[in-house]
Amino acid sequence: MPGSIGYTIWVLGSLLEVCVVVSAIAKHSFRRYLCLNIYMLFSFLISLGRYYAFNHFGLRSSEYKYFYFYSDAVLTIFLYLALITLYLHVFDEMKVEKYVRLTAVLLLVGTVLFSYGVVQQSQNKMLTGAFFAELSQNLYFVGLVLTYILWGAILKLRETRTQLIQLVLSLGIYFSAFAATFALGNMFPNFQFFGYVVPVFGCLLPLAWAYAFWRLAPDARMAPARLAVVPR
Amino acid sequence: MATLIFILSAAALLQFFISYCRSLIAASIKQPLSAEVRDVTGIPNTASGEDFARVIQLLDLCPERPEERGRIRAINAYFRLLNVVRSTLARVIPALVTWTEMERGQCTYFAAVTLDRRIAFSRDMLAQQLDA
Repeated sequence: MPGSIGYTIWVLGSLLEVCVVVSAIAKHSFRRYLCLNIYMLFSFLISLGRYYAFNHFGLRSSEYKYFYFYSDAVLTIFLYLALITLYLHVFDEMKVEKYVRLTAVLLLVGTVLFSYGVVQQSQNKMLTGAFFAELSQNLYFVGLVLTYILWGAILKLRETRTQLIQLVLSLGIYFSAFAATFALGNMFPNFQFFGYVVPVFGCLLPLAWAYAFWRLAPDARMAPARLAVVPR
Repeated sequence: MATLIFILSAAALLQFFISYCRSLIAASIKQPLSAEVRDVTGIPNTASGEDFARVIQLLDLCPERPEERGRIRAINAYFRLLNVVRSTLARVIPALVTWTEMERGQCTYFAAVTLDRRIAFSRDMLAQQLDA
């Protein structure tokens, strides 16, 4: 993603990630959503690392490519864990923490094995890089399905915490936008447009989370009936 | 496979986007409008979708608050989406007409509440400048 537009989106995304953490600290939500904030902090650090690799080795270097794919896979795993903590928030009163954690670990291991199987069957020479790229894509899709299930649970359990609802919904938009873009990328591999779309989507999540932490009180509530697309 | 994933993801994106916009609107719907904004916008108790463009024009006249920019863009996009649904799908499914009208009205109410906040913000800024 070279060029001034690319740089602008990159800097904007990194600044927004810092904004999320600052907003959460300022509004005393840092510990409550610890995993989400660690993800944002980690994402910012990886942006700095990518910038370093980009400057020292160049966009087309194998060092940059490896760093990009490894870090992306690690970030996606972090985001997956952040999503699981949102599950723990929603199912807080049901005392099913143990089962949620176990299912999350099994699903993660299953996705890793599936990705490994897909890559091993292909004739790709960059096996490690391809594995991490495949893992990221599959985790985005798993993340989308899990967020959709969580959203269903929020509606069913009549969750009223506005901040939590907006965190989940923005994560749902992020996962589905990424999954759709990855799928479009596979359908039209020569289309250069995706090089800009992905980072723009990357800015949306920190923007929505920063808003949720900064503007919404942690104890703010809303009527769950207002959220369903079909009126209840 | 990629086509199927794309269709599912796009459908999920649409649903999450609608729900997110509704959650933004729901946060402001309980807030009553000041008499001043009611007079300026001509909105009595319930807002209509027809007033949305006018309220947005009024919003553009007030100094912008940076934290509201993203939300207004999201609601603007939602309003356009509702217009598309009204002029396409709602012609085939008449039940959608009532729903889109209600949603469009709520978008207008959201914009009016934002206008109210902006007017209060401008007033505060002016007061601060006069004090200084």
